[in-house]
Amino acid sequence: MFAAENGLKGDPRLQAISDAIRVVPHFPKPGIMFQDITTLLLDHKAFKDTVDIFVDRYRDMDISVVAGVEARGFMFGPSIALAIGAKFVPLRKPRKLPGEVIAEAYDLEYGSDCLEMHVGAVQPGERVIVIDDLVATGGTLSAAIRLLERVGAQVVECACVIGLREVKT
Amino acid sequence: MLQRALIFSSSNPICSQLPTTAPPDNTVFPKRNGGWIIPFSSYQLPAFRLRNYRPSDSAANRPNMASQDEQDPRISNISSAIRVIPDFPKPGIIFQDITTLLLDTKAFRDTIDLFVERYRGKDISVVAGIEARGFIFGPPIALAIGAKFVPMRKPNKLPGEVLSEEYSLEYGKDTMEMHVDAVKAGERALIIDDLVATGGTLSAAIRLLERVGVHVVECACVIELPELKGRERLGEKPLFVLVSST
Repeated sequence: MFAAENGLKGDPRLQAISDAIRVVPHFPKPGIMFQDITTLLLDHKAFKDTVDIFVDRYRDMDISVVAGVEARGFMFGPSIALAIGAKFVPLRKPRKLPGEVIAEAYDLEYGSDCLEMHVGAVQPGERVIVIDDLVATGGTLSAAIRLLERVGAQVVECACVIGLREVKT
Repeated sequence: MLQRALIFSSSNPICSQLPTTAPPDNTVFPKRNGGWIIPFSSYQLPAFRLRNYRPSDSAANRPNMASQDEQDPRISNISSAIRVIPDFPKPGIIFQDITTLLLDTKAFRDTIDLFVERYRGKDISVVAGIEARGFIFGPPIALAIGAKFVPMRKPNKLPGEVLSEEYSLEYGKDTMEMHVDAVKAGERALIIDDLVATGGTLSAAIRLLERVGVHVVECACVIELPELKGRERLGEKPLFVLVSST
């Protein structure tokens, strides 16, 4: 699941990518160690390497859709999509997408939220990867998978820059 | 009726002395302030040729001469890939939906290429993208031109120390934030968003960057709504767009 376990062990690029990510304690609330990827985006080489690692993995997997989760998934997804010749489909918070949407609810620690996708953006049978900056509980990614499977797409893999090992996915 | 054209604006008086071949009615001309844009020829070109700028020392960057007198052929596919949705988010607003552009791999690629061709080799070290649709176009451009990407976000999203800038909406106000240590004084920046309407959001982004001493070279958007006069609101700050929608 993690790159090191997926044949990228010892890839020299991973260390620099990891080092470029800033940890901000107690954001958004006490006890949370926030993984800030904005510092990765300031390091051109590390950012490029991040995209390249995903592109190398997905280029020959016949992927026609990259679905990115708002908002940090938008920072990584389009570059991957452009490089592998796939469409980019934004998965958004409610009431942002102007056309007809389908929606999928998911649980938060307190309460719930909702992810929306444009009807018609993805066709049945398309092979999709879902991109976000980070996976924690997997709630958001699970909602994304359900949305895509509801329209008959095949979610080949979910891909994130950061996986939090301490949180059960 | 929607007019789509490659848009520049210019105060260049040479426009009035054009040779007998006049440019089409919907052509506008490049703004020539800023100084960093170097025409590839040393003589004063007729204004309608000025839309292609290339460093004079790079023959490899010569534009395709055939495209100079017309709109870049990529523009019309980009324009037709954008979906117009009436009465969103409220009655009377005609919403320009770029998500359909993102589904057209060639048109999306061409969109990025048009910006990259313009900004590559211009010593731009920062591409600032405005949440959220600026996050879709900004990073591919930043990666291609060797610049950092800096997200300009709604309040309380960025975890580190931020600078905030308030700006007006039609009703009420909003706030835009940027990490203080994302940029350094003297850096040259672009600001990217999908669309410019009144120019309020772009103006807030310009103010944020200038407060820390960054030089905003140009604002770049896929779409302009000229009737909302965003270009005037930006004043001296150049604006480059691919498509104009009336």
